[in-house]
Amino acid sequence: MIQLKEVTKRYQTRHGMHEVLKGVNVTIGLGEKIGILGRNGAGKSTLIRLFAGVERPTSGQVERSMSISWPLAFGGQFQGSLTGLDNLRFICRVYGVPYDDKIEFIQEFAELGKFLREPVKTYSSGMRARLAFAISLAVDFDCFLIDEIITVGDARFHNKCQTELFDKRGDRTFIIVSHEVHKIREHCERALVLKDGRLWDFTDREDAIRFYQELQ
Amino acid sequence: MAVTYGTARLWEGVRIQARVIGALLLREVITRYGRHGIGVFWILLEPMLFTLGITAIWYAVKLHAVSNLPIVEFAVTGYASLLLWRSATNRCVKALEPNLGLMYHRYVRFHDILITRCLLEFTGATASFAVIVVVFYFLDVVRLPADPLYMVFGWLLLCWTGLALSFIVGAAATFSDTVERFWHVVNYLALPTTGALFLVDWLPHHFQDLVLWIPMVHGVEMVRHGYWGDAVVTHEDPLFMMAGNLFLMMIGLTMVKMAERRIELE
Repeated sequence: MIQLKEVTKRYQTRHGMHEVLKGVNVTIGLGEKIGILGRNGAGKSTLIRLFAGVERPTSGQVERSMSISWPLAFGGQFQGSLTGLDNLRFICRVYGVPYDDKIEFIQEFAELGKFLREPVKTYSSGMRARLAFAISLAVDFDCFLIDEIITVGDARFHNKCQTELFDKRGDRTFIIVSHEVHKIREHCERALVLKDGRLWDFTDREDAIRFYQELQ
Repeated sequence: MAVTYGTARLWEGVRIQARVIGALLLREVITRYGRHGIGVFWILLEPMLFTLGITAIWYAVKLHAVSNLPIVEFAVTGYASLLLWRSATNRCVKALEPNLGLMYHRYVRFHDILITRCLLEFTGATASFAVIVVVFYFLDVVRLPADPLYMVFGWLLLCWTGLALSFIVGAAATFSDTVERFWHVVNYLALPTTGALFLVDWLPHHFQDLVLWIPMVHGVEMVRHGYWGDAVVTHEDPLFMMAGNLFLMMIGLTMVKMAERRIELE
C-alpha cells in the first residue's frame, strides 16, 4: 500500500515559491491499476517522484508498505559512460538482487543486441526506455511507477510490455501518469485527475476521463 | 526478494547503505578510470606521483640542509596526510550534479555519494603512502614508523576530518556554484597552514597557539609523532582533534540533510 496524507510540494523559483501540490490525499492498494491524468505542468512527475520516495514532500506524509520501482521515464536514470550491462549490475546491486541470470532476459527484452555492452550514451531514446523497463522487470517490484513511458516504443515493444508487465505481472500495482486518455483507458481500472495541485478521485474511471477532457 | 520497505530498522538501514556504497564504489571506479590500460591502479598511482614529485622537489632544493630531520620522511608524511582531506574535498565539491540520475533510486542518498568519493580518495592516499614507505625502506631511503599504531590513529582522524569537510563543501556546492570556485582557492591557500610543511615545534609560541586551532595540524603531528617516535617534539591533542571533527561532522551532516531536501531531479 502507498498512502499520501495532506502532501504538499513547493519549489523555489526565481519568482518565489511555486506550490505544485496543495494537499494531496490518496491510498493505493496492492494490485491496483491506477491512471493519473493531468495536463502538462500539472505536477504529474512531481507526484510520481513523491510516490517513489526520491523527493520528499514539503509537508504531509508518505507511507509505503510495498516495494516500489523508481519512476520509469525516458532513461535519465542511467550513467551515459557506462554500458547497459554496467547499469544493470549497478541497479541490481543497489536493490540487492542477483544479476547473472537476468542478462539474457534483458538482452532479449530490450532488443539491444551487442549494444548491451556499449555505453548508454550511444543509445537512442527508445533503447534507453527499453533498457529501463527491462531492468525494472529484472528487479521485480510490487509496484511499478510509469511516467508516460509506454509512448516511447514501437508497436512490437508495446506488445511485449503488455505481455511482460500487464499480463505476467497482473497481480502487481501500476501507477501510470499520462496526459493521454487512451493509455489510461487501456491499462487502468481507476483514474485520478491532477488539477490545481489537488488529486481528484472518482469511483468511475469514465467520470474521471470526462472530467479531465472538460478541462481542455 | 531482497527489496525492503516500510520503516526500515537501523540494521536494515546499515545493510542497505553498505550495499549502496559497494555498488557506487564499483561504478565510480569504472566511470573514473575506465577498463583500459592500468585502469584501477590510477587510484594508487595518482597520489603516489604527487607525493613523489613534491618529495623530489624538496630534496632537490636541499631543504634537508635547513633541518636535521630526514627530508624524505618529512615530505612523505606531510604530503600524504595533506592529500587525505585535500583530494577528498576536491572530489566532493561537485559530486551531486554528475550523479543526479542516481537519485532516481530511493536507496541512493546524497551522503552515500559523498562517502563513496571520500573512501576512494582515502584508499588511494593510504595505499600510495604504504607503497612509498615500503619501497623506500627497501631502498634504504627511509626507516619504518616507530609507533605504527599511533600513526594509524592520527591517519584515521585525518580521514574523519576529510569526510566532515567533504560533507560541508559537498553540500555547500549544491546551494551555490560559487562555492566550487571558492573552495579550490581556499583549499590551496590553506595548504601552508595545515601542518604538512612544518612541525608545530618550529613555530614561535604565539603562532603555535594559533595553528593548534586547526584540526588537521593535530593529525599531521600525530602521524609524525607515530613515525619518528619520541625523537621529535610534537604538540598534538587527539581529544581536541576528535572534538573538532565531531563539530565539523555535525555541521556537515546538517548541511547534507538540508541539501538533500532541496534536491530537484530533472
